[in-house]
Amino acid sequence: MDLTLSPADEAFRAEARTWLAAHVPRTPLPSLETEEGFAAHRVWEAELAADRWSVVSWPRVYGGRDAGIVRWLVFEEEYYAAGAPGRVGQNGINLLAPTLFDHGTERQRARILPSMASGEVVWAQAWSEPEAGSDLASLTSRAVRTDGGWLLSGQKTWSSRAAFADRAFGLFRSEPGTSRPHQGLTYLMFDLRAPGVTVRPIGRLDGRPAFAEVFLDEVFVPDEDVIGEPGGGWRVAMSTAGNERGLTLRSPGRFLAAADRLEALWRSRADPSDTALRDRVADAVIGARAYQLFTYANASRFLDGAAVGPEASLNKVFWSEYDIALHETALDLLGPDGESADTDWSEGYVFSLAGPIYAGTNEIQRDIIAERLLGLPKGRR
Amino acid sequence: MRFLLDPQQRAFADSLDAMLTAADTPSVVRDWSRGDHGGGRALWSRIAKVGVFALAVPEAYEGMGPHPVELAVGFVELGRHAVPGPLVETVAAAALLAGLADPLPAGRLLPSLASGEASATLALDGAYALDGDAATTRLALAAGGLRLAPGHGPVRASLDPARRLTPLAPGGELLSTAPPVAHALVWARLATAAQALGVGLALLDRTVAYVRQRTQFGVPVGSFQAVKHRLADAKIALEFARPLLFGAALTMAPADVAAAKVTACEAAYATARTALQLHGAIGYTAEYDLSLWLAKARALRTAWGTPAECRAEVLSGGARRR
Ligand SMILES: Cc1cc2nc3c(=O)[nH]c(=O)nc-3n(C[C@H](O)[C@H](O)[C@H](O)COP(=O)(O)OP(=O)(O)OC[C@H]3O[C@@H](n4cnc5c(N)ncnc54)[C@H](O)[C@@H]3O)c2cc1C
Repeated sequence: MDLTLSPADEAFRAEARTWLAAHVPRTPLPSLETEEGFAAHRVWEAELAADRWSVVSWPRVYGGRDAGIVRWLVFEEEYYAAGAPGRVGQNGINLLAPTLFDHGTERQRARILPSMASGEVVWAQAWSEPEAGSDLASLTSRAVRTDGGWLLSGQKTWSSRAAFADRAFGLFRSEPGTSRPHQGLTYLMFDLRAPGVTVRPIGRLDGRPAFAEVFLDEVFVPDEDVIGEPGGGWRVAMSTAGNERGLTLRSPGRFLAAADRLEALWRSRADPSDTALRDRVADAVIGARAYQLFTYANASRFLDGAAVGPEASLNKVFWSEYDIALHETALDLLGPDGESADTDWSEGYVFSLAGPIYAGTNEIQRDIIAERLLGLPKGRR
Repeated sequence: MRFLLDPQQRAFADSLDAMLTAADTPSVVRDWSRGDHGGGRALWSRIAKVGVFALAVPEAYEGMGPHPVELAVGFVELGRHAVPGPLVETVAAAALLAGLADPLPAGRLLPSLASGEASATLALDGAYALDGDAATTRLALAAGGLRLAPGHGPVRASLDPARRLTPLAPGGELLSTAPPVAHALVWARLATAAQALGVGLALLDRTVAYVRQRTQFGVPVGSFQAVKHRLADAKIALEFARPLLFGAALTMAPADVAAAKVTACEAAYATARTALQLHGAIGYTAEYDLSLWLAKARALRTAWGTPAECRAEVLSGGARRR
C-alpha cells in the first residue's frame, strides 16, 4: 500500500504543470453555457490538442498520450490546480469515446476521434426524452430502416450544450413492440445540423442555455453511424453510463482545486469565531481528500484488472452531494456577496445543483447501491 | 502507486477476523461490562499473540513496529467484533513511551505491552481513563508531565457499558516532564478511527442481514426504498472513510489522521442511527447484541478528539499543495 508516484509519473506531472502554467488563459473564459463562451472554450480545446493535452489517456494515433489511469488522475489534478477552463468537449470525450473504444469499429474511431480531440466537432448526449428520464428504456424516439441507413424521428431533451454542439449520440427504438423495453434499441450518431433536426435551447435555472430540446423529423443517418449491433443499443449505452458515473465524469482534481480555493477564501475573510462555518470548510477539505484517495484505490483495483462495476454509484452520489455542499459553503462565506451572480463561485453553484439529477439521479444510484452492492431485494421500480 | 492492502495485510485481517468470530465476543463484552475481566484478558493475550499491540511498539523494545497501516487493519477488525478494553489507550501509551527522551521507562514498560502481558490506559489532564480497573499500566498526563498513576478511583458508567471510566489516583512516579503528547494523540486518533470504521461496518452488515429476513406487509423490509436508501447512505459514508483511514496511516500527518478520525466516527455514528431505526424496537434493547456496537459508535465519536477538534486540526496546517 503506497501513494508515491513513480519518477516517470512525477516527470509527467512536471511536464503538465509547466505546459499549463504557460498556456492557461490569464483571465477566465466567458461561461461555457453561452454562445460566446462555447466558442472560446472550443479554441482552448484546440490549443490543448495541439500539444496532446486534450485526451491524455487516448492512444497516440487519435491525439492522446497513452497515459494510464494514474497519469490521467495526475493530469486532472494539475489541470484544475492551474485554474484551467471547463471542458466543452467532455460529453464526447467521457461518454462517446469510451463507447467507441469498446463497441465501435476501427473506421469509426479513425473518423470520429481526432476531430473530437481537437474540439473541431463537439458532441452532445441525446438520451433523455420528455417521457423517458430515469426510466430511460421507455424511450420512444424511432429509427426506421431505409436505404443505406436509418430515419430518426421523435424528441430528445435536456441535451447538454446541444444548442451549440455539432453532433449528437443517442438511443432510438428500431424494433417496436419487443417484449421488454430495453430490447430493440439502437445506438446512433447524428448531425445536429442535418435536415429534419430542430434544436431549441432551454434556459437552465439561471437562464443560460445550458441544454436543449432536439426535435427529429425523418433525419437520415447512414449505417456507418450505428455503434454496435442494431437492436443491441442498450448494452452499448450502459457501458457508457458506467463511465459517466464512474471515474471519468468528475475527477478528484477538480474538487481538490475547489477545496483549496474554498480554504483560501475562508482564510482571507472568515470570522474566526464562526466555528460552524469552519467545520463546513474542514468537511470540504476532508471530502476532496476522501474522493481523491477513494479514486486512487479504485484506480489500483483497475490496474489489477477489475472492471467498473456498481461501485461507480458510490462515486456519483458522493461527488454530486459534495459539490453542492462545497459551493453552499463558499456562498455562505461570501455573506451578502454570495447572492451576486457574477462571483467565481456563482456559476459553480448553479452547475452543482444539477449533479444529483443528471447521469442517473441519486435516488436511482441509491437503489443500485442497495441492490447490487448490499444485496437487498429488488423492489418495485 | 498502489493504494490497496497487499495480500499479507488482507491475510492478517482475515486471521484476526476468524479468531474473533470464534471467540464469541458479545459474551466477553457483557462480562467485561460487569467488571468480570477474565474472558477479556484471555482475548487480549490472543490479540497480542497475533501481533496487534507489537505493531505500535518499536523493535528496540521487543515490538515489530511502528506499522501504522497494519495497526489500522487490525483495529478495524477489533471494532468489527466490538472487542472491549483499553485498546486505543494501549497503543497511545506505547507511542508516548517510545517517544520519551529517556529510554528507561520504555525499556521497562513496552515489552510487556507488546506481548500482551500488560495493558495500558491513559488519562489526559485529569480526565477519566478508560478501563483503569482492568489496565495494568496507568498513565496520567498533566501539565507537570507524565506519571505512572498509583491506582484508580471508582468506576463511572459510560453510555457504552463496555467502556468503564475511571479517574486515576494522583501522584505516582514521574516518568517524564516533556512527553510527546501530540505524537501519542496521532496514534490514538488513528486507532480510534480504525476501530470506529470496524464498528460501522459491523452495524451495516448486521442491519443488511436483518432487513433481508424481517418481513412486514408480506415482503422483506429491505425491499422498501426508504430502507434501502438509508443503507446506501451508510455504505457511502463508510466506503469514503476507509481510504482516509489508510491514507492517514501512510502519512501519519496530524491533519490527515484528524480527518480520518472525524470521518470514520461520523460514518459509524450515522450508521448506528440507521441500524437502530431499521431494526425497529428489537434494536432498542440492551439484550440484543446490536446494542454493543450502537453504544460504542456513540462513545468513539468524542474519544480522543471531538468532531470539532478534529476539524480544527484539519485546517490548522495552513495552505497546502498536494
Ligand atoms: C443539467 C442537466 C444536464 C443534463 N444533460 C443531459 C444530456 O446531456 N443528455 C441527456 O440525455 N440527458 C441529460 N440530462 C437529463 C437527465 O439525465 C435526467 O434529468 C435524469 O435522467 C432524470 O430524468 P427526469 O429529469 O425525467 O426525472 P424523472 O425520472 O422524472 O424523476 C423525477 C424524480 O423522481 C425520482 N424517481 C424516478 N424514478 C424513481 C425510482 N424508481 N425510485 C425513486 N425515485 C425515482 C427521481 O430520482 C427524481 O427525483 C440532464 C439533466 C440536467 C439537470
